[in-house]
Amino acid sequence: MSTLEIKDLHVTVATEDGPKEILKGVTLTIGDGETHAIMGPNGSGKSTLAYSIAGHPKYTVTGGTVLLDGEDVLAMSVDERARAGLFLAMQYPVEVPGVSVSNFLRTAKTAVDGEAPKLRTWVKDVNGALERMNLDTTFSQRSVNEGFSGGEKKRHEIAQLELLDPKVAILDETDSGLDIDALKVVSDGVNRFREQEGKGVLLITHYTRILRYIQPDKVHVFVNGRVAEQGGPELAEQLEAEGYDKYVKASV
Amino acid sequence: MPARPSSTPFVERRSVTAIDTARDSVESALELTPVDSHLHPEGSFDVSDHPVPTGREEIWRFTPLKRLRDLHGEAVYGTGTTQVTWTTPEGVRVASVEGEEARALRGVSGWVPNDRFSARVLAETPATLLVDVPAEAEVAEPVVVTLDGTDVEATEAGHVVLRFGRFSKAVVVLQHQGHASLAQVVEVVVGDGAQVSVISVQDWADDAVHLAHHEASVGRDASYKHVAISFGGDLVRMDANVTYAGPGGSAEMYGLYFADEGQHLEHRLFADHTAPRTKSNVVYKGALQGEGAHTVWVGNVLIRKIAEGIETYEENRNLVLTDGCQADSVPNLEIETGEIEGAGHASAVGRFDDEQLFYLRSRGISEPEARRLVVHGFFNDLIRKIGIPSLEEKLMSTVEDELAKNVLRGA
Repeated sequence: MSTLEIKDLHVTVATEDGPKEILKGVTLTIGDGETHAIMGPNGSGKSTLAYSIAGHPKYTVTGGTVLLDGEDVLAMSVDERARAGLFLAMQYPVEVPGVSVSNFLRTAKTAVDGEAPKLRTWVKDVNGALERMNLDTTFSQRSVNEGFSGGEKKRHEIAQLELLDPKVAILDETDSGLDIDALKVVSDGVNRFREQEGKGVLLITHYTRILRYIQPDKVHVFVNGRVAEQGGPELAEQLEAEGYDKYVKASV
Repeated sequence: MPARPSSTPFVERRSVTAIDTARDSVESALELTPVDSHLHPEGSFDVSDHPVPTGREEIWRFTPLKRLRDLHGEAVYGTGTTQVTWTTPEGVRVASVEGEEARALRGVSGWVPNDRFSARVLAETPATLLVDVPAEAEVAEPVVVTLDGTDVEATEAGHVVLRFGRFSKAVVVLQHQGHASLAQVVEVVVGDGAQVSVISVQDWADDAVHLAHHEASVGRDASYKHVAISFGGDLVRMDANVTYAGPGGSAEMYGLYFADEGQHLEHRLFADHTAPRTKSNVVYKGALQGEGAHTVWVGNVLIRKIAEGIETYEENRNLVLTDGCQADSVPNLEIETGEIEGAGHASAVGRFDDEQLFYLRSRGISEPEARRLVVHGFFNDLIRKIGIPSLEEKLMSTVEDELAKNVLRGA
């Protein structure tokens, strides 16, 4: 089982004019096996939520709690959070020159599991995960994210999701910049993850397009650092038709 | 940097000295007025033509002369305290030669000294260590020359000549280790069409001082790879120059250095494009850690009027691992003809990239392990270019040892 509880989360970011509050009290719970979508206009704090949960040093949590199966996530270091079962698929994955995908994946898997994966099955697992993402096996010899196309970066993130097998995955605009074929490949990967027992997904997106392939249990509309509205999948359809205008106006 | 045609020579100079800031830029600003350039020195074999440097000269301004044990000045140039041994693969002659044969090899690379120590080495040292690879010989095993210093108090000088006959293929490794104060001139003659690698490893003990000048003449259509690897020593300064004896020659000059507390490691490169359609590609990467670690990289490129159709690129990247280090990085490009294929350079001094560390750590990798991966990656591409698997492996483990001193600690 896995439950991610976010309660009254307040987050600031340092600016030239002092700290600026980005998240102004976010509360939501991703129950066991649930997929939640967070939608909202640019600048509403969606990515800040993702990076704060993962522990990016740029963001300062000034209030609230985040619990993963009852454990205090905010008290953990970045890597401890990952080892506890959180995974963040980034919108802009970072290049690590000279470090091969294969070395990176093995090091990460060893760290997450606390022991090195069995060589024979691991090679098969890696090749399988890459293949399912339409990445050929020579991909594992390339340097992490270096010279990858936008689509390759996102598919590489989802291959990691499959191999590292966390409890809860946060997908930060994984759909952005993908053509329809890549979007299907990525969505299939996420759906395979969700089909497993008790996996949570927090899917952050600007567009409703990906929700046609990944059916959320709940949809939250994010505006100005808060959840402005919550609902079921039908809320996404409503947003598709009406856009964010009414929420943005209401918050001003 | 795109090359621009110009009737007057112009020089681009910039100095990057960064302790806290990360910079990464390809400079495009050019001084279009003629300026005094240190790239056109008047050379001379006569020692009296070269005054003792004061430290104010352009070519000496970064070097802490006080720590040189007067190798740049009046130190006695002895011999014999550094033990020289070598391997002799079949078909290669390796010998210490004296007398007429040694004298004939002084300046064999075309080098006319423009500083006192190299003039003194050529004038005063009685012997020359000669590695002679005959024409068309293809030598599979590297020639390994080991210079093992036994006494840091005894100032010494050495002259080395690596002569590669036309169309030969060979690798020479100069392995420096132990305790020494050594002034050294290494002359390299790469015959037409030859394909050679010269690797100089400075793996000295902590107290060693090494002042070296490497001069290579690259023949028509020949390929010359020069690799400098500097880890040890209190002070290492190496000038590595290349000129071209004919068109079509290519020089790849790679360097890897790792400076610890109090160490001064200085590499000065000079690709002097003296012939048309020649190529130079310079890539130096360094890491620094500990109080007073200082590295200097000066990349000089001169494109002479005759050198039409050439291609040059030089790059230096420095990774500053702790506080208290200084990395100087100075690319100089002087262009006398704009009729070239390309000329560019890049220079950077930076710390660990927080975003890289965050990315790795967000996958469960601990901070020390993430730092280790990043440094490995930083050097990895360069190490792979050396082309000698046994040396590559050893280098990786040397990098690992260096990291164990600092990066893995903390966090």
